[in-house]
Amino acid sequence: MKRPARIWAILVVAGFAAAAGAQTATDGRRSGFADMSPALQAIQRDDMSNPAMLWVAEGEAQWNARAGNAGKSCADCHGAGESMRGVAVRYPAFDAKARTVVDLDGRIDRCRNEHQRASSPAPESRPRLAIAAYVAFQSRGMAIAPPTGGSLDAAAIAGEALYRQRLGQLNLSCAQCHDERAGGSLAGVAIPQAHPTGYPLYRSEWQGLGSLQRRIRNCMTGVRAEPYPFGAPELVELEVFLMRRAAGMAWETPAVRP
Amino acid sequence: MPASAADYVVTGDAIERPLEGAIGDAARGRAIVANRTLGLCLLCHSGPIPEERFQGNLAPPLDGAGSRWSEGQLRLRLVDPARLAPDSPMPAYYRTDGLSRVAPAFAGKPILTAAQIEDVVAYLATLREPGAAR
Ligand code: HEC
Ligand code: HEC
Ligand code: HEC
Repeated sequence: MKRPARIWAILVVAGFAAAAGAQTATDGRRSGFADMSPALQAIQRDDMSNPAMLWVAEGEAQWNARAGNAGKSCADCHGAGESMRGVAVRYPAFDAKARTVVDLDGRIDRCRNEHQRASSPAPESRPRLAIAAYVAFQSRGMAIAPPTGGSLDAAAIAGEALYRQRLGQLNLSCAQCHDERAGGSLAGVAIPQAHPTGYPLYRSEWQGLGSLQRRIRNCMTGVRAEPYPFGAPELVELEVFLMRRAAGMAWETPAVRP
Repeated sequence: MPASAADYVVTGDAIERPLEGAIGDAARGRAIVANRTLGLCLLCHSGPIPEERFQGNLAPPLDGAGSRWSEGQLRLRLVDPARLAPDSPMPAYYRTDGLSRVAPAFAGKPILTAAQIEDVVAYLATLREPGAAR
């Protein structure tokens, strides 16, 4: 990262630590960050050692690169990356043109298709994660602020129903682990409260960056369920519900998890 | 592999007869319980299996299960825990119906076969006093 960005980042991290501390004190909600070892926490806090910052840097390059048949960069229309500050904390959002609820990755993909006239990289591919990480990084330290409205409210209700539905051969719901047994040990692994505060994030088990949808799909595979496909409405609905459940919590992208 | 894994009779809180008449083997049962991708028990439970370092704490320790429960009670607990505790997170090990979105690799199959369940029952029955079965 360039120097000014780095200084800015340090200030924001300091703010984040304060916000996160306040939260645990008041309402018991805990980011997965709080369950991590001090060593991993230190890696997330330090941009020089946080491996996810490589993707953020790649995303910054993409932001400024002309692409697609329109030959336009993100910056050509949106200006500096900082113009995206505050965007990630209010996604998924209702896209009036598409008349549907989209998550941040879906929103960026629409710009790629419609405004750059470029094709979509595969879900979870490096370019796709990098630009999402760069945009989401702009909101680091801010409070999650999910928007409301008819379609979003409906999506949140559907997402909560999915969250409470038992799935797979093991017949477990998200809520049975993440609400009823958060803090417990699943074969030695601490069960987090499943707050979506840091995506896309670097996960040691993935040896790379991954989206919230990938994380949810992993949990579905864990209970031997057929995961919803990337981009499926069910995954977006779960994202809407999880973001509302985490409203007010501090945004961490790019986070690190075990 | 039974097409529908429901061929058993529940008497009170127990299934008295071995599933499909299988005869359990405690040593095989121990290996199933210890195996995180087969028995899955240690995801949630701990038990007197010291070589498995990572054990769960979401459920009572398995130590002493054979003193607390008869073989028939243990069998029903494995086959259909929801009959004993409707909100139990413990999966039904011998059930193939009433499940949602089961991944194709597992569809139509119970988590354990009748023979494997009998092995696990035989092992649990050997767990006599809490902590003393090592
Ligand atoms: C040709 C201009 C253009 C280009 C190029 C473009 N966008 Fe956009 N973008 C827009 C417009 C206009 C909107 C408002 C929604 C709409 O009308 O599509 C928007 C909306 C967005 C939003 C939602 C903002 C919010 O406040 O909800 C994000 C995020 C975004 N763009 C990211 C990107 C990224 C990342 C790129 C580069 C990969 C990009 N855009 C390229 C024009 C553009
Ligand atoms: C059997 C228990 C279990 C079930 C059921 C389960 N999860 Fe998880 N989940 C976990 C564990 C354990 C982790 C942490 C994994 C790790 O650190 O390796 C996790 C991690 C997560 C995270 C990451 C939180 C963070 O800090 O980044 C999210 C989000 C999540 N799960 C969502 C879900 C959703 C949505 C469902 C339902 C579709 C679900 N989980 C079902 C056990 C479960
Ligand atoms: C997803 C978590 C989970 C898994 C996996 C699991 N159990 Fe359980 N089990 C529980 C919970 C929770 C209880 C406590 C009672 C209840 O809620 O049903 C329990 C109760 C029991 C009991 C009765 C406990 C007692 O002594 O009072 C036995 C015996 C048992 N389980 C054996 C097993 C065996 C053997 C396996 C593997 C074949 C297994 N369980 C797998 C969660 C689990």
